[in-house]
Amino acid sequence: MQFTKKALNLDPAGETNRIVEFLQQSVRRSMRRSGGVVGISGGIDSAIVLALAVRAFGPQKVVAVMMPDKDSDPISEKLARELAASYGVEPILEDITDALEGFDCYRRRDDAIRRVFPQYDAAKGYKAKIVLPQDLLEAGTLNVFSVAIIAPDGREETRPLPPREMLEIVAASNLKQRSRMSTLYFHAEARQYAVIGTANKNEHGQGFFVKYGDGGADIQPIAHLFKTQIYQLARYLGVIEGIQKRTPTTDTYSAPCDQQEFFYRLPFETLDLLWCALDHNVPIGEVAKVMGLSEIQVQRAFDDITRKQRTTEFLRLQPPMMEAPKAVST
Amino acid sequence: MTNKTDTQQIEQPIREFIANNLLYSPDGFAYPDDASFLRESIVDSLGVVELVEFVQKNFRVKVSQHDVTPDNFDSVAKLAAFVRRKQADNAQG
Repeated sequence: MQFTKKALNLDPAGETNRIVEFLQQSVRRSMRRSGGVVGISGGIDSAIVLALAVRAFGPQKVVAVMMPDKDSDPISEKLARELAASYGVEPILEDITDALEGFDCYRRRDDAIRRVFPQYDAAKGYKAKIVLPQDLLEAGTLNVFSVAIIAPDGREETRPLPPREMLEIVAASNLKQRSRMSTLYFHAEARQYAVIGTANKNEHGQGFFVKYGDGGADIQPIAHLFKTQIYQLARYLGVIEGIQKRTPTTDTYSAPCDQQEFFYRLPFETLDLLWCALDHNVPIGEVAKVMGLSEIQVQRAFDDITRKQRTTEFLRLQPPMMEAPKAVST
Repeated sequence: MTNKTDTQQIEQPIREFIANNLLYSPDGFAYPDDASFLRESIVDSLGVVELVEFVQKNFRVKVSQHDVTPDNFDSVAKLAAFVRRKQADNAQG
């Protein structure tokens, strides 16, 4: 391919038609479902999926569900409501806090955080988040998570996460995405609709999703699109400005945490182009020249993308099954 | 140059830790010491965290976030060299 900074530019009208047809074909003809359920978070990905679903099925056949919990930023619900209204859909509010209390999600997570920071106390106003080092291009450090807490007076402190605590925090937090998936399937099954997933290529390919959580859906209509392409479609589909301008956030931890610091380690404009180059085997020297980076920086980014793809393969695997046993003649 | 005893004290515990805790391998560590953990999918991101904790506890060296690079943590040989450098720094400091 001819690699330029415009390598990811797409024809938004053509791509929209292609996805709408894919949704109609898959949901109506293959799944025999008449509409779709979309979880809307106030973020850009679910916004364009809602817009595409409305084009595919009409607003009367699309259910938009908002599923905040007590850690969610209130702006998320406000934006989700505005978004739904802009496409003529009446959103349903399902606060999942009580469900998560039932799963003991917050206590399990906070106990693990307290083993790293004994002073951490959510009831006193402490907030927490999980972050990766932000020096990928400069130092090429590996993906070792740290936990950061923000005290009520605003002071922030970060410490490396030991393996046991990391696993417990992630496992507890994943209860959120799995509760949301269950809620979406309730609304879908009650209407014979399909659950329409909102994962983009960055999330799906690098494993930034929860297996059987936000990864649990009947169809993934934007999993082939880079985040920067999602923004191109959002402009074409008229997604409200408040969502187009919002920094992508995890909205999972109590402290504000954008997706770059939590997982991707690079701005999407850089990451997406580098990944596109890697996908198309563009020589490193050419990539470095086009992007104004050194070859070693490009190599570090390629290594990080490849590592994340490889180490999250398990998330994308279907459960292995065995063949039927051979008959024996007795 | 490292002698056999020294190798047994550093490389061998690393191999055993990876075989038992990351690969769940009953056959030990079946890779050469220069095999890339990341390219060979021997260690994933959680595995790196476990390796950091193992190195700190087992060899009594302090590992900072900036130390956790492929240059130091991508093979048995690289990790052992890193441990030796850290131990030498400790001995001098």
